[in-house]
Amino acid sequence: MAIDTGENMTESSSTEAVRRVDAQAIWEQAMAKARLREASFTTLSGDELKPLYGPEDVADLDPERDLGHPGQFPYTRGVHPSMYRGRLWTMRQFAGFGSAAQTNERFKFLLEHGQTGLSTAFDFPTLMGYDSDDEHSLGEVGQVGVAISSLEDMSTLFDGIPMGEVSTSMTINGPAPIMLAFYIAAAERQGVDPKVLRGTVQNDILKEYQAQHAWLVSPEPALRMITDMMGYCAEHVPLWNTISISGYHIREAGSTAAQELAFTLANGMEYVRRGVAAGLDVDSFAPRLSFFFDSHLDFFEEVCKFRAARRIWARKMRDEFGAKDPRSWMVRFHTQTAGVSLTAQQPENNIVRTAFEALAAVLGGTQSLHTNSMDETLSLPTEKAVKIALRTQQIIAEETEVAHVADPLAGSYFVEAQTNRLEQEAEAYFAEVESRGGVVPCIEEGFFQREIHHSAKKYQQQVERGEKRVVGINCYVEDEAGPAIDLHRIDPAVEREQHERLADLRARRDAAKAAAELDRVRAACKDGSNLLERFIAAAHADCTLGEIAQVLREEFGQFREPSIL
Amino acid sequence: MTKRRIRVLIGKPGLDGHDRGAKTVASVLRDHGMEVIYSGLHKTPSEIAEAAAQEDVDVVGLSILSGAHMSLFPRVREELAARGKDDVLLVGGGIIPVEDMEQLEEDGFARLFGPGTNTDEIAEWIAKEMEARFEREAEEA
Repeated sequence: MAIDTGENMTESSSTEAVRRVDAQAIWEQAMAKARLREASFTTLSGDELKPLYGPEDVADLDPERDLGHPGQFPYTRGVHPSMYRGRLWTMRQFAGFGSAAQTNERFKFLLEHGQTGLSTAFDFPTLMGYDSDDEHSLGEVGQVGVAISSLEDMSTLFDGIPMGEVSTSMTINGPAPIMLAFYIAAAERQGVDPKVLRGTVQNDILKEYQAQHAWLVSPEPALRMITDMMGYCAEHVPLWNTISISGYHIREAGSTAAQELAFTLANGMEYVRRGVAAGLDVDSFAPRLSFFFDSHLDFFEEVCKFRAARRIWARKMRDEFGAKDPRSWMVRFHTQTAGVSLTAQQPENNIVRTAFEALAAVLGGTQSLHTNSMDETLSLPTEKAVKIALRTQQIIAEETEVAHVADPLAGSYFVEAQTNRLEQEAEAYFAEVESRGGVVPCIEEGFFQREIHHSAKKYQQQVERGEKRVVGINCYVEDEAGPAIDLHRIDPAVEREQHERLADLRARRDAAKAAAELDRVRAACKDGSNLLERFIAAAHADCTLGEIAQVLREEFGQFREPSIL
Repeated sequence: MTKRRIRVLIGKPGLDGHDRGAKTVASVLRDHGMEVIYSGLHKTPSEIAEAAAQEDVDVVGLSILSGAHMSLFPRVREELAARGKDDVLLVGGGIIPVEDMEQLEEDGFARLFGPGTNTDEIAEWIAKEMEARFEREAEEA
């Protein structure tokens, strides 16, 4: 056996270097001659990709500084030391339709089939702060989610479900503080102490103005209600996640991955600034902030987006906002697979799309996951479709063995380079938002909305020109024979019955007490005292969602959507 | 003869905030030389019909992704008729089951466009329909 002398080593490493240069030159020549399928290859977001990534693409990467270990700053590799060896992600299917009683049944169905948390979808009237019997609610009651107009509806929704044990997510924003008040009041009726309640209310109003468009009042008073809620929950509902800062809707509205990342984190930083400005200690509320991202079809770009999100937030929170509690530095996030990636054509293919997206979320280290059902481009999902979607997650968890190793794609030249690229693009957007006066002025001027619209239109045109391909849409197209799958329809009786229930509630309740509580809400709007406390009292007095929201609309004024077309 | 520009109102009736499709279609129709007014979000059927009448549009395109189309689309049609605008080319799109599309087309909608529709095809179809109408109008005059 030959033993290397120092001289030999020098010689062999220089030979090695020559060999590498040769290899690079040979490869470049081969690539120059190769016939390629396309003129250019880009990510789903349109960023140019190189055919190969190597050490030179991550020359500046310092693994200790930029990656760390799981559970350690800057959390690029995940927020828990043991990641999924300790606990799998929460399988949390978003559900809600029709009446509170119908959704209560679906909740119980999901819990029986192994789902580990609840996630509530509300109908549009509820999301906009209108009662089911308001004239604005015509045709919308119970359609895209459950109709909740009162504490009684909320109590029906959780009937027979132990609110002290289950963790509940509620996707609502404009009226989120009112809905949380209904939830707390319903728990109190079940005899549950609010101190043990676990869950999340989305409550991310900034992205509503930017993308999802279900708002109640204009941005400044909306932000005040959010800081009221952060203050109240820190004291009385300490396990509750008070905001789920959401990129999902930004992406679904058409943004790129980098825009989703940048706008979401910019919004998150705005909430932190507001909390601090309201006199809260950053570490008193920042650990209760959580995030919500989309997982789209560009597998690697999505994994990198999740990794970049953790790293950016950790750096901002520690170094710019001076947070000292490591929990304030962590991006804990929920993921939903991309609804916009599903096609109405050949809908069964959506099962496959969703599976890839779910896998990206898991390899990106998500804390909880919703997988879309194959029929959601046609209507709300059927039970069968929902079960397949849930089983998709269970197959990833139980059969693929991918959950055993933390951040398994780290160290890939491509993955690290793309993680860096997304971080840089996000930083450029943070600078632009700041130069335009901050998040709220950018909303009022339509900056985010215009950026998102331009990306959406660009992508649509790429698909129509065949530059981006979608199976069933612009390739492998089949003759339309209509969907061969069952549809879930909402019975129009839901709207009528909901009207009757509300009329009955208004007739039965103590009218003087309800009116007095509404007056106290109005007074709190003016004097700046904590609104969440008032909403809980109003909920117990059977004031309805629409009545409370109407006081807010009158006191605070409505948002005027800027024109961006 | 200078060609008359086609005037279009893209409307979002109801509380549905999904405006990606409506804005994209509005923008593509404009690229095709049409004059396009976008209603903005959260409009009632009567607000949309009123805008269509005041702007004297030739085409009204409605978008709903919330499932409320069977209540709100016919309501817009009634409100248009009440303002003497039942002659507009009425089209729609969104998350709409095929049976509902067929029903709406029986009830006076010229055409419904489902998910996956090519936006240039929408523009070309509208242009062709309107050209035929303009020709008929010219002959009648």
